[in-house]
Amino acid sequence: MSLSPDLRGAIRGEISHHGGARGAMLEALRMIQQAHGWVSDAHLQEAAAILGVPQADLEGLATFYSLIFRKPVGETVILLCDGACCWLNGADAVRDALMARLGVGFGETTADGRYTLINIACVGGCNRAPAAVVGRDRALVGPLAPDRLDAVLGAPR
Amino acid sequence: MSQRPLTARARPDRQPHSLSEWRALGGYAGLERAMSLSPTEVLETVEAAALNGRGGAGFPAAKKWRFMPDGRSGDGPSYLIVNGDEMEPGAYKDRFLMEALPHQIVEGAIIASYAVQASEAIVLVRDAYRPAIAAIGRAIEEAVAAGFLGDDILGSDYSLTMRVHASAGRYIVGEETALIEALEGKRAVPRQRPPFPAQVGLWGRPTTVNNVETISCVPHILENGAQWFRALSKTEEGGTKLYPVSGRVNAPQLIEAPMGTTARELIEQCGGIAGDGNLRCFQPGGGATAFLEADDLDTPLDFGNMARAGSMLGAGALIVLDGTACPIGVLARHQRFYARESCGWCTPCRDGLPWVAKILDALEAGEATRSDIDVLRMTAREAAPRGRSFCDLMGGAMASLASALERFEDLFDAHLDGGCPIARGGVA
Repeated sequence: MSLSPDLRGAIRGEISHHGGARGAMLEALRMIQQAHGWVSDAHLQEAAAILGVPQADLEGLATFYSLIFRKPVGETVILLCDGACCWLNGADAVRDALMARLGVGFGETTADGRYTLINIACVGGCNRAPAAVVGRDRALVGPLAPDRLDAVLGAPR
Repeated sequence: MSQRPLTARARPDRQPHSLSEWRALGGYAGLERAMSLSPTEVLETVEAAALNGRGGAGFPAAKKWRFMPDGRSGDGPSYLIVNGDEMEPGAYKDRFLMEALPHQIVEGAIIASYAVQASEAIVLVRDAYRPAIAAIGRAIEEAVAAGFLGDDILGSDYSLTMRVHASAGRYIVGEETALIEALEGKRAVPRQRPPFPAQVGLWGRPTTVNNVETISCVPHILENGAQWFRALSKTEEGGTKLYPVSGRVNAPQLIEAPMGTTARELIEQCGGIAGDGNLRCFQPGGGATAFLEADDLDTPLDFGNMARAGSMLGAGALIVLDGTACPIGVLARHQRFYARESCGWCTPCRDGLPWVAKILDALEAGEATRSDIDVLRMTAREAAPRGRSFCDLMGGAMASLASALERFEDLFDAHLDGGCPIARGGVA
């Protein structure tokens, strides 16, 4: 699927806001991901052409930044904290329960395409540990418990 | 004049204020005061307030500002960057400031920009903090509409633009030269210094990078004066400090308290130690700071005192471990995190951290040998010193490792015999 005319225009518009095309590269990737959920090879190629930057440079950024996705993700992305502060408050049991409920490991998407589970640290919710951030709004949820996963699974996309 | 200036105005529901609400609470009075002074007078006020940078290193904010070239350089732009890439294990203070008090940051950034005569201010926020990205974006729009940003601010001849830059993951973006690389559309690999950002920063131009909490202090210093700010503190370092407390306490919470408050006082405010109720150890400033024990419970938590105690105040993030919590387990998760977040440029960090993390995992699983502990000691000794890598990621990671090796030698040994003794319910 190619980028919509609106999105192409929006990416072009970012150039002036970021001190030039190079400064707009990451924002372009974010905008593509916002619209399509992830960044495909074709999208990279198109965006590089719009910005007038080498495709390899754009791909270098896309692969460096852990929250730019280079393969399709589920409707809801769950960023589950695997840091020490969450571990001290029972994060391992939450992780195991979530993986069992979804049937996926870290970095994987459920067969029905609804959820992608990703481990991250730290989500800045150490006072609500074990914590996660969920969905497009990156809503902070916690404290989680193995028998209280609705905060994660019921959150808006 | 509040004793908790940074957080007292926050709404109970943590929702950001509109500009008019913020004005009604006294907001932008600091900016009005600043614009009645010269940039040098603003800088001197902050200098007299003894405001140390809250990002981790504790470098005096005004001293950093003084590195910028005098006056507005006629030959091009210069930048003030607010670092909102908070990701240190244990830290959640900047999240609160950005989500609940965005106008405080916008106001502080305008004043700081004026002091260093920057032409553009950029607030960089991590992707996992999207509510903060939205809140600061809205606050900037409102400030533009009110004439606090743009051309000829408050009738002066000073002009400033401001924008938010949303990042997309990776802890290393919070390192100030990596952050500049990120803004230039590159992979966030730290730069070698010198030159420092004040000479060669964003797009090669003079640049100052300040932490969100540092910037949030600035309006209050201008509004209430340097002496008032210094008097908030219990020590020589001015102001209050946001202490995010986490780990094994009964009610983990973000506490704004006088700079130099002790770990004992913070733990008490958090309802005491959870688990078995006994303190085993704590990290005073997040995952990259050396472990301390009960004999430092009454040491003031400021930059100078923590350094003298052999640790660091860092982000001020107090991580508490009770008697049933294993510091080697905590360390293992910290080191996995730093290994994952290494940018990969410098060999000791890129290759050393995964090795350390692997050994700590083996220790927990009861699969490590004594020679593995020797490798940990060697790595902590050889890879930590400044100059072995471009930035302090490895140094910070090794500070926590070295302190654990020193303080918990018996516990490391006990792990050689079948894994974590605490997890097995045995010795503590």
